[in-house]
Amino acid sequence: MNGIITIAHLTLHEVRGRRVALAALILGVAFLAIFAIGFNYIYSDVTGATSPTSPIPRIQYDIALNFIVMAGLYAVNFLIVMMAVLTPIDTLSGDIRSGSIQTLVTKPIRRVEIVLGKWLAFWVILGVYLILMAGGVLLIVRVIANYTLPNAAQGMFFIFLEGTVLMTLSILGGTRLSTLANGVTVLGLFGLAFIGGWLEQIGAYNGNPTAQNFGIVASLFVPTEALWRLSAYYMQPPLVRDVPLTPFSIVSVPSVWMVAWAALYIVAALLIAVRLFNTRDL
Amino acid sequence: MIDLAIDTRGLRKEYGAKVAVEDLTLTVSRGEVFGFLGPNGAGKTTSMKMLLGLVAPTAGSARVLGAPLGDRKARARMGFLPEHFHFQDWLTGREFLRFHGRLYGISAGPLGRRIEELLKQVDLLDAGERKLREYSKGMLQRIGLAQALLNEPDLVFLDEPTSGLDPLGRLLVRDMIVHMRARGTGVFLNSHLLSEVEVTCDRVAFVKRGAVVRQMALAEQGGGVDVEIRLGKTNAALLAGLSQFGRDVRVDQDRVRMKVKDEARLPEIARWLVGQGAAIYHLGAERKSLEALFLEVMGEDERPG
Ligand SMILES: Nc1ncnc2c1ncn2[C@@H]1O[C@H](COP(=O)(O)OP(=O)(O)O)[C@@H](O)[C@H]1O
Ligand SMILES: [Mg+2]
Repeated sequence: MNGIITIAHLTLHEVRGRRVALAALILGVAFLAIFAIGFNYIYSDVTGATSPTSPIPRIQYDIALNFIVMAGLYAVNFLIVMMAVLTPIDTLSGDIRSGSIQTLVTKPIRRVEIVLGKWLAFWVILGVYLILMAGGVLLIVRVIANYTLPNAAQGMFFIFLEGTVLMTLSILGGTRLSTLANGVTVLGLFGLAFIGGWLEQIGAYNGNPTAQNFGIVASLFVPTEALWRLSAYYMQPPLVRDVPLTPFSIVSVPSVWMVAWAALYIVAALLIAVRLFNTRDL
Repeated sequence: MIDLAIDTRGLRKEYGAKVAVEDLTLTVSRGEVFGFLGPNGAGKTTSMKMLLGLVAPTAGSARVLGAPLGDRKARARMGFLPEHFHFQDWLTGREFLRFHGRLYGISAGPLGRRIEELLKQVDLLDAGERKLREYSKGMLQRIGLAQALLNEPDLVFLDEPTSGLDPLGRLLVRDMIVHMRARGTGVFLNSHLLSEVEVTCDRVAFVKRGAVVRQMALAEQGGGVDVEIRLGKTNAALLAGLSQFGRDVRVDQDRVRMKVKDEARLPEIARWLVGQGAAIYHLGAERKSLEALFLEVMGEDERPG
């Protein structure tokens, strides 16, 4: 346990020391600033066109706001995906390549503690980043438009789960693959799930069960896109999520069992990572 | 059995079709300074990695500090300085030692004291707050050495500790090895060189193409050790001063030769000479037989240029 904490601490130190955290933070702040400015313009357009003489129905107004917020969160989702894949991409493969893993592994700690310590550090980073970014978006729309997104907490939970899946895959790949091969593989898997998610939606929309099933299988293989769709499903009012074929439209609703599957998936990926790292020559 | 630090039987490592270590069978006593010498590619690093549990042997068995390979409790009593080390270079020297000390499970108070003690020993007290990325190669080697000694180990593995070090750095490494031996710490040292460090070994094994070809003890020769020194300039005062360390001080062409009781004298002589402002071009103990053997083993593989 002491080993896990020390490795996690060392990893957080590294993320800070290598200015990764700083870069992500600057990027995030820039994104939030652009979102705030953009949202402010759109909001004054919407309100300017409607108020006060010809108030558009409240529901239409909510739909417009929801759509913009979802667009913002969709971008946050991508930032989270990138953070999840890229921050840990180098953590094992890089240490193995440089040999700095050797002085860690020969200490009286188990190898599993190294894997779990690194995982824990990146998990904390992911969570903090998600809270900052999504929290920033929600705060901006709250302050400017006094708008509250429905089921924001559930939505965040699914995005966090999605990020955790990718982050764990990135650590798993690092036990055996080089940094570059790992990056290509994990982003490739994410891409596969992404296409699968679209196939599922288009298939459901066109009534093509083959495409829909293919998408579901892809989502079982890599449950990231399904988790995003679940998140989007929860955070939109019924009218919006029925608009077909947007990045957040949900014609085919992922099963809630997807959450259990994702949790299992993460545990399994971690176990495999530990096993591969345990049996590896360093 | 209990007094063996290392006891291996037919350890073997294959990487695919490549045999890195063919047959490693050797014993090292506790507290012994053991030199594992051989040309590049002979399998020294791979052997050491097997002993440390970094690499799983293809065949054979071994016990290190009485425990099977990779045993966690045994690792708590070992130290390791890797060959091509690349440490967490965003850390300062002190942070680096603190993290590694915590991995040994040393608690904060004793660890802090130990770190200061080691920084002093490796002459890095003034660099403790600088980041490792600003360290020179020699400084990294020294902080790495401090890292290997954090837990006051019973057995230290040093992989090529002198490669890339200047003469003063080598003397420091040798001083530390002498110091470790004095407090009963065993040392397992890999090297493809035969510098002043390697000749401090109690025993050496020569390894070639993955197999030990010869083991021998470097017993002190009767009547002490012959020392050969080459200085920029010698004068009577220096010669007179040297006689406090040994006997038979004489000038032989451009060399000064003398006899000392044991090799622990060499670092003292070096320090004294440096203190006197003398320029040291060479300071070595004569180990004719060892050198001859070394060349014999190395010879065929070592191709110039
Ligand atoms: N991971 C590896 N994969 C394949 N071959 C290796 C590996 N590590 C070492 N070797 C080979 O094994 C031999 C012994 O290497 P090594 O133990 O590093 O020798 P030394 O430390 O004596 O220079 C060399 O021929 C080297 O190329
Ligand atoms: Mg080597």
